[in-house]
Amino acid sequence: MGQTITQKILAAHCGKEVVEPGELINAKLDFVLGNDITAPIAIREFEKIGAKTVFDKDRVALVPDHSTPNKDIKSAELVKIMREFARKHNITYFFEIGKMGVEHTLLPDEGLVGPGDVVIGADSHTCTYGALGAFSTGVGSTDLACAMALGETWFKVPEQIKLVYYGKTPKWVCGKDLILHTIGLIGVDGALYCSMEFTGEAIADLDMAGRFTMCNMAIEAGGKNGIIAPDDKTMEYVKGRTVRPYKVYQSDPDAVYKQVIEIDVSKLEPIVSFPHLPENTKPISEATHVRIDQAVIGSCTNGRIEDLRIAAKILNGRKVHPDVRLIVIPATQEIYLQSIKEGLTEIFVEAGGAVSTPTCGPCLGGHMGVLAEGERSVATTNRNFVGRMGHTKSEVYLASPAVAAASAVLGRLGSPEELDH
Amino acid sequence: MIRGKVHKYGSNVDTDVIIPARYLNTTDPAELAAHCMEDIDADFVKNVRQGDIIVAEDNFGCGSSREHAPISIKAAGISCVIANTFARIFYRNSLNVGLPILECPEAVAGTAKGDELEIDLVSGTIFNLTTGKAYQARPFPPFMRELIDLGGLVNYAKARLQNASS
Repeated sequence: MGQTITQKILAAHCGKEVVEPGELINAKLDFVLGNDITAPIAIREFEKIGAKTVFDKDRVALVPDHSTPNKDIKSAELVKIMREFARKHNITYFFEIGKMGVEHTLLPDEGLVGPGDVVIGADSHTCTYGALGAFSTGVGSTDLACAMALGETWFKVPEQIKLVYYGKTPKWVCGKDLILHTIGLIGVDGALYCSMEFTGEAIADLDMAGRFTMCNMAIEAGGKNGIIAPDDKTMEYVKGRTVRPYKVYQSDPDAVYKQVIEIDVSKLEPIVSFPHLPENTKPISEATHVRIDQAVIGSCTNGRIEDLRIAAKILNGRKVHPDVRLIVIPATQEIYLQSIKEGLTEIFVEAGGAVSTPTCGPCLGGHMGVLAEGERSVATTNRNFVGRMGHTKSEVYLASPAVAAASAVLGRLGSPEELDH
Repeated sequence: MIRGKVHKYGSNVDTDVIIPARYLNTTDPAELAAHCMEDIDADFVKNVRQGDIIVAEDNFGCGSSREHAPISIKAAGISCVIANTFARIFYRNSLNVGLPILECPEAVAGTAKGDELEIDLVSGTIFNLTTGKAYQARPFPPFMRELIDLGGLVNYAKARLQNASS
């Protein structure tokens, strides 16, 4: 009986030929990570374990990205705990302000995760690296603590769901729209505990940025991991970048899936998720009545250079609506610099937008764009729960960079097509 | 044996309402407990008593990986969470910090706000003292009981390291 890519990667990391869904395994970890919210608890628990040091100083990343640059004294204290731990244990990949970025964009770009890896991170969006053909999943701080000590962790092998996206992708429809549409279709627990394998013509057509976006949001359908088998585009991205040897796995043609979901992308419009769950999706044409106060372009979901290019293309020569605050956050320092070099930053500022240093900030209502009572934001982020971006009576509408940029100009939710003429 | 009054919620109770991100600049359990469930039930902290039980419907704990969520629930005095299903990271985190959680749709359907429950974690039996009805949740598998018996994942890892060095 055939195996899926997820099963093959997990089997290889627990010394088995084959693993079955439901089986409990103890797996070797290629890389682990934590951020300024989760790592301080992990460090406290790590000290309790009594390990002398981490399992491998080159396989642990500590990324202060959530409340940084430090938004208040308490946050500064948390980052200090990380910094001191990193120094004490000589951790290679502690990313200081000025070098840091939003973790799930930073790590693949730095080549720290690669195809065939097993990665856990104390952040739910760790599933992002599935776009490289890796098994990666979010855990909590205690799991991270033990993983830092042991270099291994236990998993229940997930059941497999295959999603097949067929048809030609229409203009202005991107990876964000495909994943929002999928979450709308199956619900926020539609893939609970399961692996989501994204396949088909439309996935082959997607660039790496779009693939990262899709795998990033597997968790928003309850998925344990999202994964896309490597192809030429993956190899092109990985080449000369990935710091460790990697291995490419593909699903067998006779692999067993709990469910196969086929999605025709050719008729899709850009998608918006209405408050207060990512599953509350509507096509943009049914959302144009919603006025907005803010537009956020950034986050681990959509803060890549490709995302900024699309936004800049729409904003070029236009002005942000007088009632809207536009906040653009390149996900890493490298992207920040690239955005300047390509003239994108100038376009954002000329349009009347604010451009920030990398941070998760507004995505979780931390800082750099918190909403007041009754305010609405369109955002390229990943969650629109009650109070996610600020006041419990504020609202977040999830969308692609193209829709966020167009909406910033229109003062309401809208498609870039409305600006075409 | 666990015994307490029920606080009942619906589906998709996410980690942002369990403990909003504006309080994530601390890791102190007592401070986190003071804001537990604040954005879904402002009176929760006022009403909760030591030993009480949360009962919810589908996908409890969805959203972020913040361990602050089960930490705040446990520190608020909750002795057990029962739901139809849990989001997987929340599930792991709860057991890792020693907050017992049970999946039992029958018990969820048969329980109302304010009911008093008695729970036996070894057998997985849930007894509703208010209605007189009993429900059976799946007891934890042996490896998880071992992890719980050792007091959570940290002690489990500690034991592993000690065995390796001896």
